[in-house]
Amino acid sequence: MSSNKLFTLLVPVISVVMGLLAGAIIMLVSGFNPIEGYTALWNGAFGDSYTVGETIRRSTPYILTGLSIAFAFRTGLFNIGAEGQVIVGWLAAVWVGVAIDAPMYIHLPLAVIAAGIAGGLWAFIPGILKAKLGVHEVIVTIMMNYIALFTTNEIIRKVLTSGQTTTESISPSASLASEWMQSMTFYSRVHYGIFIALFAAVIMWFIIQRTTVGYELKSVGFNQHASNYAGMNVSKNIVLSMVIAGAFSGLAGAMEGLGTYGNISVMASFSNLGFDGIAVALLGANTALGVVFAAFLFGALKEGAGEMPTGAGIPTELVDIIIALIIFFVASSYMIRWVILRFKKEGK
Amino acid sequence: MEYVIEMLNIRKEFPGIVANDNITIQLKQGEIHALLGENGAGKSTLMNVLFGLYQPEQGEIRVKGKKVNITNPNIANELGIGMVHQHFMLVEPFTVTQNIILGSEPTKKTGVINVEKARNEIKEISDRYGLKVDPDAKISDISVGMQQRVEILKTLYRGAEVLIFDEPTAVLTPQEIHELIGIMRSLVKEGKSIILITHKLKEIIEVCDRCTVIRKGKGIGTVNVAESNSNELASLMVGREVHFKTEKTIAQPKEVVLTIENLVVKDTRKVDLVKGLNLELRAGEIVGIAGVDGNGQSELIEAITGLRSAVSGKIKLNNKNITNKSPRKVTESGVGHIPQDRHRYGLVLDYSVGENIVLQTYYKKPYSKAKVLNYKAIYDKAEKIIQEYDVRTPSVFTKARALSGGNQQKAIIGREVDRSPDLLIAAQPTRGLDVGAIEFIHKKLIEERDKGKAILLISFELDEIMNISDRIAVMFDGKIVAEVKPEETSEQELGLLMAGSQVKEGDPNVIE
Repeated sequence: MSSNKLFTLLVPVISVVMGLLAGAIIMLVSGFNPIEGYTALWNGAFGDSYTVGETIRRSTPYILTGLSIAFAFRTGLFNIGAEGQVIVGWLAAVWVGVAIDAPMYIHLPLAVIAAGIAGGLWAFIPGILKAKLGVHEVIVTIMMNYIALFTTNEIIRKVLTSGQTTTESISPSASLASEWMQSMTFYSRVHYGIFIALFAAVIMWFIIQRTTVGYELKSVGFNQHASNYAGMNVSKNIVLSMVIAGAFSGLAGAMEGLGTYGNISVMASFSNLGFDGIAVALLGANTALGVVFAAFLFGALKEGAGEMPTGAGIPTELVDIIIALIIFFVASSYMIRWVILRFKKEGK
Repeated sequence: MEYVIEMLNIRKEFPGIVANDNITIQLKQGEIHALLGENGAGKSTLMNVLFGLYQPEQGEIRVKGKKVNITNPNIANELGIGMVHQHFMLVEPFTVTQNIILGSEPTKKTGVINVEKARNEIKEISDRYGLKVDPDAKISDISVGMQQRVEILKTLYRGAEVLIFDEPTAVLTPQEIHELIGIMRSLVKEGKSIILITHKLKEIIEVCDRCTVIRKGKGIGTVNVAESNSNELASLMVGREVHFKTEKTIAQPKEVVLTIENLVVKDTRKVDLVKGLNLELRAGEIVGIAGVDGNGQSELIEAITGLRSAVSGKIKLNNKNITNKSPRKVTESGVGHIPQDRHRYGLVLDYSVGENIVLQTYYKKPYSKAKVLNYKAIYDKAEKIIQEYDVRTPSVFTKARALSGGNQQKAIIGREVDRSPDLLIAAQPTRGLDVGAIEFIHKKLIEERDKGKAILLISFELDEIMNISDRIAVMFDGKIVAEVKPEETSEQELGLLMAGSQVKEGDPNVIE
């Protein structure tokens, strides 16, 4: 049991180390100093209180999309639709934030909840299609991503503004911005959302590990026939799993809409928050705590990468390659797992 | 006498357990040699050592007197050792020929696969051993018995001299078993040697020359089958006396528990499989349903338990209508179900033993309160059940997947019986289990009967039906065609009834 736990810990750590090594080789080959490069990366992420704040800010939505995908995975579903759920959550949060006038203790929770509901509804569609008609959720969620992206753009242009590309800012009563957190981090954009994200992680852990709801969801994910035999409603559980996963992603949208930006703009392409969430969930071994750590790693990498061109003269394209390599090794953790097992076997 | 294969004093350890401890097995040229042992006794481990999947810590393997070092299955193949696995390793959409040549495809000079050559060769081998396999048939179109022959052909095609059969009859119908035994005989006649891994004593007596027994990882010895009998073999395997005939008193049937009237059920292809079935089951009796697989038994059980909807007819439990109620409603109204396929229906294999024990009761107190699970209560309950039902597992936290088939089944039975249902449906409750476990399960079923429960037993093993039923209902073509008492019938009569022959009114001895 304990060696098993060590193992699940070892795999992601090795993935990250190998990704960094591969990145170093790329830098060497391209004529840059990897030590300088990684120093810049470190400084970009943790160099001062401002960057720390920004790293936390960047990690916040990753936690939520990571949870979303991890939750679906644990119940036997592959939610590639986190991306679309983020977008509709973002839109809903900003819409409520702009359109309604209410005191903060009503307005802010309302906007946050609206985002969760929007994400949940967006995921309800692939859920019900899977449960009732057996349509694979991967296909539907991918399609739903595009529908979310283009519909949202259209709503921003035609409904929320007249032909503009950015909505007006949400009213302060719906904002997650935190003055004391900002002042502590030299006016970074860090906001209260991080607490929502961490709380969501606790919620996910609790649902999955402690409740009859989680017991049913996992059971249906593992074995639909046995779950049906045991008297569980398989269709209901598939839909419920997608809706909960979608709600997490919707909240990630609220983090951007109510925290970081305070508005929503027409997007030329996906935010990638949802897609990166897949890697976060994998790296975090689909556990709540693992996702939190993985999300911080991702946030740090993305934030720190911004410093690499200025700090070490490494072009942004190369930075993207290095990040991609780390993600690649994380995603191929299966391979690393296999290699470790192989060594273990021979060692005996 | 020269042996084709000798495994001498083999010892194989895994962390924490000794799977094989000083086991010796010597296979003579042209014999059928049984390897007998309970589930988890170490039979598979020993054969995996021979097949090169595991390396032994001690002991040596000799092939035709020469010491060999088998480090991987390819070497085993080269030495002429072939394995017919219990779970077939076939590609369903491929034809027989494509499956057989997979991995060693004969090619023409151009690099194109020479299908014609392979086809002829396969046809020739098939004819020589009387396998009657069509080389062009698709795997998905042929029966399980035929698929097994393809596995046999595969090993022969690769030049196997020694064939290891891993519990080959577990998946076969009685007719197919009969044919398989014929094939095994013709294989040894042509000079092949066979190791038969099994725990079915009947087969050993029928077909084997010698038998090596292992118990809890230790080699117990080798006996000449002709000089032995099933009682001796069973006690060697289990380590104590085994009773084949389960002791039981005469049933005292009381009030009616289950009534089925004119039940019609369709299968997944929308074909009627249960066609107006009537059955009555009373408290305190065991009714066995005898029948050849595919005559609607599975659909009948699924309809009673709510897993499949009935087209028409009525199912009443304790005089309450439970027709087309949800599985949960049916369970709650007092039905326990030991499902036929324990991996598909009976267990969530990735859940721990404890989590599986509460599969139908997790939402009730004390296992949960206000939707929050109480793991202490769950694992306490599981602890109690594994004690009471002798489920051998490292702990209640172990995944169900890690348990042997017999222990998985005992866990399911423990779970179902513990809920104390008025009606217990046992579908093939001892399939694939060894005599020790079978004896235990039969005893439990009879105990439940004596407590006044109604038990519906569905089995394809006539022995089992004859042995523990108080009443036998023969199912043929979706109906109960006859009801007989086990003490007033014979296997022959049952066999004919199961095949659809009618017993003449008034004279049970005359069969049309």
